[in-house]
Amino acid sequence: MNDLFFIPIIKMFVIFGVCLFFITYTTWLERKALGHFQLRYGPMRVGYHGLLQPIADGIKNFFKEEVVPDNADRAVFLLAPIISISLAVMLLAVIPFGAPITILGKKVDLYLANPSIGILFILGFATIGSYGTILGGWSSGNKYGYMGGLRASAMIISYELSMAFAVLSIIMVTGSFSLVDMVGAQQHVWNILREPVAFLVFLISGIAELNRTPFDMPEAESELCCGYNIEYSSMKFSLFFLAEYTHLFVFAALVTTLFLGGWHGPILPGVVWFFLKTFTIIFLCIWIRATIPRLRYDKVMKLEWKFLLPVALANVIATGVVMALFG
Amino acid sequence: MSESKTVTLNMGPHHPATHGVLRVVLELDGEKIVNATPVIGYLHRGIEKICESRTYQQILPLTDRLDYSAASANNLGYCLAVEKLMGLEVPKRAQYLRVIMAELARIMGHHLWLGTHALDIGAMTVIFYAFRDREMIMAMNEEISGYRLTPSFIRIGGVAQDATEDFIGKVRKFVKWFPPALEGYHQLLTENKIWTTRTMNIGTISAGEAVNHGLTGPSLRGSGVAYDVRKAFPYSSYGDFDFKVPVGEKGDVYDRYLVRMEEFKQSINIIDQAIENLPSGPILTDNPWVASPMQSEVQTDISALIRRFMINYKGTPVPGGELYSAVEGAKGELGFYLVGDGGEHPYRLKIRSSCFYLASALPRLLVGHMVADAIAIIGSLDVVLGEIDR
Amino acid sequence: MDIKKAVDALSRQCPDCVQNLADHNGTCEITVAAQSFHKVMETLHELGFDMLTDVVGIDRMPRAVRFDVIYLLLSTRDFSRLAVRVEAAEGEDVPSVSGIWHSANWGEREVFDLLGISFSGHPDLRRILMWENFEGHPLRKDFPLEGQDFDKPFDTETIKDYF
Repeated sequence: MNDLFFIPIIKMFVIFGVCLFFITYTTWLERKALGHFQLRYGPMRVGYHGLLQPIADGIKNFFKEEVVPDNADRAVFLLAPIISISLAVMLLAVIPFGAPITILGKKVDLYLANPSIGILFILGFATIGSYGTILGGWSSGNKYGYMGGLRASAMIISYELSMAFAVLSIIMVTGSFSLVDMVGAQQHVWNILREPVAFLVFLISGIAELNRTPFDMPEAESELCCGYNIEYSSMKFSLFFLAEYTHLFVFAALVTTLFLGGWHGPILPGVVWFFLKTFTIIFLCIWIRATIPRLRYDKVMKLEWKFLLPVALANVIATGVVMALFG
Repeated sequence: MSESKTVTLNMGPHHPATHGVLRVVLELDGEKIVNATPVIGYLHRGIEKICESRTYQQILPLTDRLDYSAASANNLGYCLAVEKLMGLEVPKRAQYLRVIMAELARIMGHHLWLGTHALDIGAMTVIFYAFRDREMIMAMNEEISGYRLTPSFIRIGGVAQDATEDFIGKVRKFVKWFPPALEGYHQLLTENKIWTTRTMNIGTISAGEAVNHGLTGPSLRGSGVAYDVRKAFPYSSYGDFDFKVPVGEKGDVYDRYLVRMEEFKQSINIIDQAIENLPSGPILTDNPWVASPMQSEVQTDISALIRRFMINYKGTPVPGGELYSAVEGAKGELGFYLVGDGGEHPYRLKIRSSCFYLASALPRLLVGHMVADAIAIIGSLDVVLGEIDR
Repeated sequence: MDIKKAVDALSRQCPDCVQNLADHNGTCEITVAAQSFHKVMETLHELGFDMLTDVVGIDRMPRAVRFDVIYLLLSTRDFSRLAVRVEAAEGEDVPSVSGIWHSANWGEREVFDLLGISFSGHPDLRRILMWENFEGHPLRKDFPLEGQDFDKPFDTETIKDYF
């Protein structure tokens, strides 16, 4: 009874709480890091070096006025952020955060669920989550939002492909769809060494899936003035914002799991290693955002269809050939 | 198949990338621009009308508000026009100080352009580096005139006050500091693959067309026409300085970018020559109708007090006549068509705004490109709405 | 190009069109009658004045022929300037040169908007700085500085837009 019921519930709350904490502080990290890249400090006023800023932002957004435009499709407009955040949070369920630990004589796995198709679960739910973006942009009755939504759908369709192919070569190497097995397979050699091409393809298409610079087509501030979330205010905007950072966190965690050996690492406990690697990837994303200009929409598509997808495909074939010859 | 329909998208007047209140009505087929109509007038303050009821001295601060990102160059253009009508001779030291201020203003204007242009294309860090250096010029403006953005330092007949040692030290420091900083901008953008794909072959305009559309300044030089008012009609001792007029080849966004980046270097070069060869002497003409007495004189001499009162309150009578006088502002040829009627107010002051004609070329440049390119093109023209609408 | 030569060439090609030749503080200026104006401008364009720098309108109110329109021309080959003046009475049209120089399009629109001089043959003669249903022309000398409706509340609802 305990094992079936209470432990998962406790784990759910712990994982949800800890991850939400880290995700809110990712926003702080982003603002701080961007600030220092750009010769300024970022938030400084609320708490020590702005540490309480995310909380203050949350409270502020909570008390802001809810605005629903007159010509918005009201039901869809309200539904979109909910889709975004709920599906984003669901992704946290399958991520393995660390090696199993023993508490009070009980062995506890540091993940909520380990479905045998964990990676498919993530790819699937991440894609459904982008419906939030598309519907939000489409339903707000604003042309900028509409264009953002259109761009988002095109982006998701394209970049999902190369991402899936990059993952496919990892599945071939590890022989399993389960994320826990994938981490287990990397105890000695990380996948980044076995599959460097897949790592690069995954990283690039992942950043594109996240709609981050240089691929932030759906929300390009300067062209579409924030695109799909242009009409959103108050908590609805917060939910979009949070969903975006949840996706960023999950993406970084996934890179860690698939390519950087998950929780494996010397001396420090597994969980620490896991979060260290995850935040390295997050920092890399922020770094890219601070440095690189935005690509044009059609060039982004060209990059996917004419470069990333063929490379990912070739990599899968090469992996297969190598495995057939030496494996 | 049904008939394809276009979407009308209002870009502006409050759009983050239209540099103020420019409004462009875009007709879109998908993301492609089929038709573009710029709509201006949202910042129209009627400066030309106001000028007709102000004395010549009172107009000076209004000219600051034209191209507010490079204010000193506007002051210079206006003062030159009035001085030409009055036949005033400006002392050499004042001319050199004017050149320094105008070139600092040009650098300031180009800083704003670089930062916002890069921000529009998505490189968000450049603006902070540009503004770090712009801040140094702001401090110089403050040091010499008391104002940071709109100095009104250049006055009819000369300049407001002599350069302090502190100012000269700051300028020297900036001249040393800036070239490496410029290298930094280049490293961030010039060879960046994304930057080049976003800017090369975008918004191309040939030399002939650019001239026909009335483009001036860096936007014209990007198309390969070496028209620079400083070289073509040298004013304010620009003939004394050795500088090049950079030109582009293709006339696309990237060429306009390179021309402006090179202009940074040339401006620094001019400032360096001017500050090192700064002649000594008076800073204001001795024409008593123009030269407002200094504060120290006013407080000790009653006739100086009266004269100052007359100049400031009644104004300076300027002989009748018409003339056109132009300077090279940060955005292009800034001209003043001045009609005097012998009184203290101009009969008519027409401001030839370079940005006005840059904006008029927008439909030609935008059609056929994508929405994202529209932003790049507007940024590369570097329009300032204060000058378009006047 | 020597401005003298250009003016000579002009008077050879369209005789009797140059009514007056003046020097305004270094800028050569010719005055042209409205009938021969378009022809003169075409000739000048062919002679090498490839840029129309600006169009200036001046209201000389008590004068019978009320307005002056001055076209500032520039040759980008040798950087010489020429001003062409054409006079227009109230209600009289000036032939548009926007077919020759594209920059005349907006330049003439501005003169039309602020001074109310209309240009015949202009492709798109609308107000440019003021809004569509604005009454009066602000830069005319009989237009009060504070505006005609300064004592009425500003009502955004009445402002018409082109789109």
